[in-house]
Amino acid sequence: MPALPLDKAGIYVAAAYVVFLVLVVAYVSIMARHVARVRRDLAQLTDDREPR
Amino acid sequence: MASINKHLGAVAAAALGLAYGLVFFYAPNEADQGFVQKIFYLHVPLGIVTLCGFMAGGVMGLKFLRTGDRRWDVRSYVAIHLSLILAVGVLATGSIWARASWGHWWVWSEPMLVSFLIVFLLYCCYQPLRFSIDDPDRQARAACTFAVVAAAFVPFNFAAVRMANAVTHPRVLGATGGSMPGSMRLTFLLCLGAMTLLYLALWRLELDRKTVAMQVRALRRSREPRPERLAEPAIPISRPPAVVAGR
Repeated sequence: MPALPLDKAGIYVAAAYVVFLVLVVAYVSIMARHVARVRRDLAQLTDDREPR
Repeated sequence: MASINKHLGAVAAAALGLAYGLVFFYAPNEADQGFVQKIFYLHVPLGIVTLCGFMAGGVMGLKFLRTGDRRWDVRSYVAIHLSLILAVGVLATGSIWARASWGHWWVWSEPMLVSFLIVFLLYCCYQPLRFSIDDPDRQARAACTFAVVAAAFVPFNFAAVRMANAVTHPRVLGATGGSMPGSMRLTFLLCLGAMTLLYLALWRLELDRKTVAMQVRALRRSREPRPERLAEPAIPISRPPAVVAGR
């Protein structure tokens, strides 16, 4: 198992992978927030539809 | 649907974990660049998947134009939207790699970099075009036409760059399969597969979100009270008397 170099090269590699990770996590969290909002709207519409 | 998404997401996450584990603990360091070359396993699969996503968006757009089925328009929109976000990642990781390898964040004389930037900027016009049209049918037609034309541009652009003389950017995937040793090639192919799975999982996630949101919007619109018709006047409005000439 190669040792992870913590010199300049290691920092650039880490930066590239962190950028990718942040992008994916941000995208997924925004989508999750939208899904939660849609679910809330759907629940509200369903409640309104219930016979009184 | 949500169950498929969860499974696909889990498979994509496992594949990414395996592939990037191999990158750091199995694939050897490249002789020329050393450890910095590990960015290759992220940057190149991301670029390939992004460009394929743009082309898939075009194919879906073509499907809409042929069938008129709005679901293809939504699929095309989601594919292009996701590819645009991943393209930001391609540009960012490429810039970091360029800085580490060449000492510059960006090289304007390199055809590969500039061509990708042109494709990115081209697709940046997609959303403003789409959302500048209010009528849903016209919006879908215009967006899909754009998607088809832009998708046709992607392989042409790629071929032109392959034919151009490279300045600094390496041409990794040649007709002979490149000059990677077996362990590197295996790792690269696994990274490409994992990235494809990630793309599919995110595409499904956004597509489901968008589809349900559209259904909710349609449901809400259908339940809104319609504007009542103006009631007929109880007393008919009589015409004004005609002006008789000469009076």
